[in-house]
Amino acid sequence: MKYLGIEPQKPKIAVFDFTSCEGCELQLLNKEETLADFLNAVEIMSFREASSSSSDDYDIALIEGAVSRNDEVKRLEKIRKNAKVLVALGSCACFGGVNRLKNEFDLKSANKEVYGNNPKETINVRAIKDIVPVDIEIPGCPVSKAEVESLICHVVWDSPFQLPVYPVCVECKQRFTTCLFEKGQLCLGPITRAGCNAPCPAGGQGCWGCRGPAVEPNYASFFTIVKEKGFSDIELKEKLNFFGAFQEVTIS
Amino acid sequence: MKINLNVDVRHLTRIEGHGNIKIHVKNGEIKEARWDVVETPRFFEVMLKNKHYTTAGLLAARICGICSISHCLCSVRATEDAFKVTIPETAVKLRLLAKHGETLQSHILHVLFLAAPDFFNEPSVIPLIEKKPEVIAIATRLKGLANRLCDTIAGRTTHPVAFQVGGVTMMPQKDHLLGLQDELKRSLDDLQIVADLFSTFTLPDFTRETEFVSLKGKKEYPFIGGSLISSDGVEHKEQDYRPMTNEYVDKNNTSKWSKLSRESYAVGALARFNNNSELLHPKAAEVAAYLGLKPVCHNPFMNNVAQLVECFHVVHEIICLIDELVDSGPGETMAKVTPKAGEGVGAVEAPRGILFHHYKYDKTGRIEMANCVVPTTQNNANIHHDIKSLVKKFAMTKEMTDKKLELLCSMLVRSYDPCVSCSVH
Ligand code: SF4
Ligand code: SF4
Ligand SMILES: [Fe+2]
Repeated sequence: MKYLGIEPQKPKIAVFDFTSCEGCELQLLNKEETLADFLNAVEIMSFREASSSSSDDYDIALIEGAVSRNDEVKRLEKIRKNAKVLVALGSCACFGGVNRLKNEFDLKSANKEVYGNNPKETINVRAIKDIVPVDIEIPGCPVSKAEVESLICHVVWDSPFQLPVYPVCVECKQRFTTCLFEKGQLCLGPITRAGCNAPCPAGGQGCWGCRGPAVEPNYASFFTIVKEKGFSDIELKEKLNFFGAFQEVTIS
Repeated sequence: MKINLNVDVRHLTRIEGHGNIKIHVKNGEIKEARWDVVETPRFFEVMLKNKHYTTAGLLAARICGICSISHCLCSVRATEDAFKVTIPETAVKLRLLAKHGETLQSHILHVLFLAAPDFFNEPSVIPLIEKKPEVIAIATRLKGLANRLCDTIAGRTTHPVAFQVGGVTMMPQKDHLLGLQDELKRSLDDLQIVADLFSTFTLPDFTRETEFVSLKGKKEYPFIGGSLISSDGVEHKEQDYRPMTNEYVDKNNTSKWSKLSRESYAVGALARFNNNSELLHPKAAEVAAYLGLKPVCHNPFMNNVAQLVECFHVVHEIICLIDELVDSGPGETMAKVTPKAGEGVGAVEAPRGILFHHYKYDKTGRIEMANCVVPTTQNNANIHHDIKSLVKKFAMTKEMTDKKLELLCSMLVRSYDPCVSCSVH
């Protein structure tokens, strides 16, 4: 793929999965209209879910999933050493994702409940940035392939890579979705970063905040509205904790 | 004969999740032949505890990124069983449509993106973009179409948003449905080309007598709910999934193992076919005959063929379902839901096999106990025993090399289309 007659360097990419559902990796094989172009624009050095060839010679590491066992810590540190750019792909990688809900339980009894007298090794769930420095985060459960593509363009042509700064509400209005608060439901749209095109409210569910906070959300006024509408702190906390994406804020 | 073979695959490629193959043959004696799942446990059954019924389906979907629609549907079905809710007929049809879309998407992903490279001697689908552009064009076309169908019905393919306890929240527009139907009719030609391609592949000639477990169809090839059956003649009600699945913990595996009448059993497309082949759409049955698939088939490699046969079946059924939906006009899609204390079970045929969710609710509609029995969890012990038997059958010849054996065993595991991350939920 030439640009102004110049063959750009194909970025060498590796994809790695940690504790996750592999839904984000799957998005890399979606968006069928541009899949062949995407696979041609990059050089895939390692992508276990899709390919049997693998190499440690890569520039960009895309990391899916959170860390929930000690061997994952070591694996991640090794990847960080190899990669020039390390990208956290999806809510599990960026925030811990739904996996983080595990941390609310006692791990010993959790283990007992699932594995009886054969406990398996596990540790509290942590996001990638809690273990190694992360260069770029692409949140979402799952990630949007369009954002992954724009990241690739950013690396190949240095075009700007910028996640939306505004909240999900804006995209909801663009889709003419009736506000969930009007239907008596709690929605994190006003404080959550847009970029998903608001599928959840369109499907009749309040946003659960999988993409994490928009830029400088007005938490105070949001919490006041939530209270005025009659939602309890427990309901609000449950929403904020679902993807582990709102660690930065505590409700008083 | 001094045959020595070693295979040590850490994190097998082109499957979902992390599993290892280890084979050690010394002086013609099998010292070790194993399939072990080493995925990190996620403890979904614990995380589901205390969750409100409106959240359970969303969380359950995150067990698996490829069959999130099945997990979500299975979850809401378990809750509907607990609350004794009957969903409207239109919602039943919409759910089945999305379910079929997922089956198509998942089978195509497996058959053409993950399994096919082995038959072309390539490490992945990437070199095929240049070498077999027509196959890749078909693969992306079919998968894209299936994804768009799921997006239309479920609001999103990966982690659906339109399924709630009581029914479905969105009624797709008529012209969208008809547009998709049109494309699906044309996609049958694409599928036929894939079937012709498959007729040229030689699958390893390997059989191991296996018990197959699936839903039992009454009038239709089964996908959502109903009674349970095994090819060894065991039958149970949906609610009695425990005596059917008998999970236990193996010390080498983070996935549980299952057994029924034998040391292990298999689930998936081949199991569904073996137990329900007479209920296939006639056109899908023709394809089965064309590709030499006959019940009861004990060759696990034929699971790929069964998946392809099911692709034909679901496409034909989607075409009919869309006609029915369009003819009956927009109907009620949500039933009234009142939470109550009690237990419920849901069984759904996910692409990779039968899946169960079982919840116990308190009277406020929060989960007190959750148990999920996942397709690949049930297959893992069977894969393990298949590998042993495969090594016995093929490894004891002079021509066998470490490399050949590694490929053969990897293909065997792949033929199950295992979703290992899902099996360790
Ligand atoms: S962010 Fe969501 S889709 Fe991505 S791996 Fe985690 S659970 Fe799966
Ligand atoms: S609406 Fe909210 S929960 Fe849904 S995808 Fe967008 S950010 Fe995530
Ligand atoms: Fe389980």
